[in-house]
Amino acid sequence: MGSQPRLIEVRKNVLKQNDLNARMLRQQFRAAEVFVVSLVSSPGSGKTMLLEKTLMLLCQNYRVAALVGDLATENDAVRLTRSQAPVKQITTGTLCHLEAAMVQNALEEWDLNQLDFLFIENVGNLVCPSSYDLGENLRLVLLSVTEGEDKPLKYPTIFNSADVAVVTKMDLASAVEFDWQAAYANVQAVRPGMQVLRLSARSGEGMDDYLDFLQKRLKESRVASNLSTASATP
Amino acid sequence: MHELSIALSIIELAQEESERRGVQVSAVHLKLGALSGVVKEALLGSFEMACEDTSLKGARLVVEELPVLIFCTACGAQRPISSIQLFCCVDCGTPSGEVVQGKELEVVALEIEEWDRSRV
Repeated sequence: MGSQPRLIEVRKNVLKQNDLNARMLRQQFRAAEVFVVSLVSSPGSGKTMLLEKTLMLLCQNYRVAALVGDLATENDAVRLTRSQAPVKQITTGTLCHLEAAMVQNALEEWDLNQLDFLFIENVGNLVCPSSYDLGENLRLVLLSVTEGEDKPLKYPTIFNSADVAVVTKMDLASAVEFDWQAAYANVQAVRPGMQVLRLSARSGEGMDDYLDFLQKRLKESRVASNLSTASATP
Repeated sequence: MHELSIALSIIELAQEESERRGVQVSAVHLKLGALSGVVKEALLGSFEMACEDTSLKGARLVVEELPVLIFCTACGAQRPISSIQLFCCVDCGTPSGEVVQGKELEVVALEIEEWDRSRV
């Protein structure tokens, strides 16, 4: 009995299931006209603090909600509920990133039509979340001044999976001798043309520009979705 | 470290194909982009471990690593970058954020054993 090896072509994306789920989420988000922003960063770069302030400030004029990924605790969700916005925790156990299916499960009981903004805080990790599309409109990668200016050079992949970079904890910039020009140049080196915002959620510095930016993007996405709906209608 | 879950997805995909075609898989050929977020060495180790107790036990994972290519507007063509820390055209130095290759994480082929029944 003899055997011969043979190659058969397959061509399948390994993450096809996640991509399919993300596509379904994207359709759901578009139909409900909710603008979805995800946040990725290393642990301790201020995602939860920024999100807390974002929810508090936006909820005066918009309907906002958040999903937060965390390995084990529900501390982040508890912190965020202070803003009065609906918040749900996704505890990932030992999993180092969120996947689209987890977002789908977490959203099951929520009526997306009742929302303008949905924020998704990923698990603190600059490596793994980069491979997983969550169907979001906008992915922010956070970089705190205390982490050093060279973070983009060390993690080019996550900067390439994100849309906009946000430098956080700017109130500490002078204390840690943070070099903004160098940080900006490093972002541009790994992702030419990337928009970089800077702010401090604690002091409020830069928060107006950041909130204006989010509101502008919400409006743009609604205009774009209305246009595509109008052109699809005979 | 998410290579184990990636390895499990690869195995699941290969098993589906092998069951559908009724063949035994001896190797999985994978294209892995430099921006896929997956580390080759960690993936190889995870794959070997995850194959135990499955129909793919002993199968090899053959990884083809793909470098990043950008579209360079100055050259009007796809070009490699200076380095993973510098997304500039390797030939003319023009920066470009338009990545055209490097995010791949794709099973491209399966090596299968076909038993030659005529000689049984």
